[in-house]
Amino acid sequence: MKNPDNRKKSIYKILLEFMKEKLLNKLNTHFKDSIESVNEFRNELTVFIKKNDIVKVCQFLRDDDELRFDSLRDVCGADQNKTGDRYEVIYNLYSLKNKFRLRLKVRIEEENPHVPSVTSVWPTADFEERETYDMFGIIFEGHPDLRRVYMPEEFEYHPLRKDFPLMGIPGSLPLPRK
Amino acid sequence: MGLMKTSESFITTKIDDMIGWARKNSLWPMPMGISCCAIEMMSFAGPRYDCARFGSEAFRFSPRQSDLMIVAGTVTYKMSHVVRKIYDQMPDPKWVIAMGACTSSGGMYRVYSVVQGIDLFIPVDVYVAGCPPRPDNLINGLIQIQKKIARGEKPGQSEKVYIQDPS
Ligand code: SF4
Repeated sequence: MKNPDNRKKSIYKILLEFMKEKLLNKLNTHFKDSIESVNEFRNELTVFIKKNDIVKVCQFLRDDDELRFDSLRDVCGADQNKTGDRYEVIYNLYSLKNKFRLRLKVRIEEENPHVPSVTSVWPTADFEERETYDMFGIIFEGHPDLRRVYMPEEFEYHPLRKDFPLMGIPGSLPLPRK
Repeated sequence: MGLMKTSESFITTKIDDMIGWARKNSLWPMPMGISCCAIEMMSFAGPRYDCARFGSEAFRFSPRQSDLMIVAGTVTYKMSHVVRKIYDQMPDPKWVIAMGACTSSGGMYRVYSVVQGIDLFIPVDVYVAGCPPRPDNLINGLIQIQKKIARGEKPGQSEKVYIQDPS
């Protein structure tokens, strides 16, 4: 058997080790209280951020000269199907300068699914937040035009929530008359 | 067609048969290509399979000029209203081929957003199986429509034809 330590380090691992230190140092000096936890899995770095500080942290990550997370690749939601912090909103960032990906997560309570919108930082978040609202019913405060994207306007449910039946609710989506 | 040869230069027939013969050999399809099946529909129209051999090479992107709608793809509830509107704009007599598993039955998409078969909102004459159906099978579907027209059947009211996937 090969010793796993002797395996060649992947380029992602090297990049992660290089960026992680720099990134966490910066975040810890500026936003010590905003970080909930840091998690590393398969050379991907995930940082849990407190809900109300997300815009502040994003703005910093985008504008900092060394980090330059100038591209928001995706915003999506997740339903963890548990009481309390049921939903998550996930932001996948990419730094074109450092060629490094970072994932930010925000936990959201079931009773109050509100989160500040990051459209002021990256305008591209517009449609992605609308999609997350459409699918999970998470309300992005400060979003310029929070409407549904995929489902019809008059649809009442949020289909990617775990309590939504796979085959939908009969009659909720009208068919044309035959 | 009830042809009767009386002498060297005359034939007699019924006017309905005559019109049916003309109709069946000049079907103008409305390509309702919604997703992946539409790629096979294009090759059905292309030189290799060449639906022009059956007189239906004139794909019309205006429903007002077509009499056969080939619905090729996954019809979602949101799209179903558009499909119905286009169907309504086609002049009579109009025929419908449901091409592929998605269109015929929802296919692999047993989910809230996909209509489980377009016959829930428009009448279908021929169902073509497959995911996607091979273009030659779609030609088979076209021939079945032609046979229906030749028999003088009414669109949407005649017996449905279900075409199996031969492969
Ligand atoms: S039947 Fe298959 S090929 Fe055709 S639209 Fe559905 S998934 Fe695509």
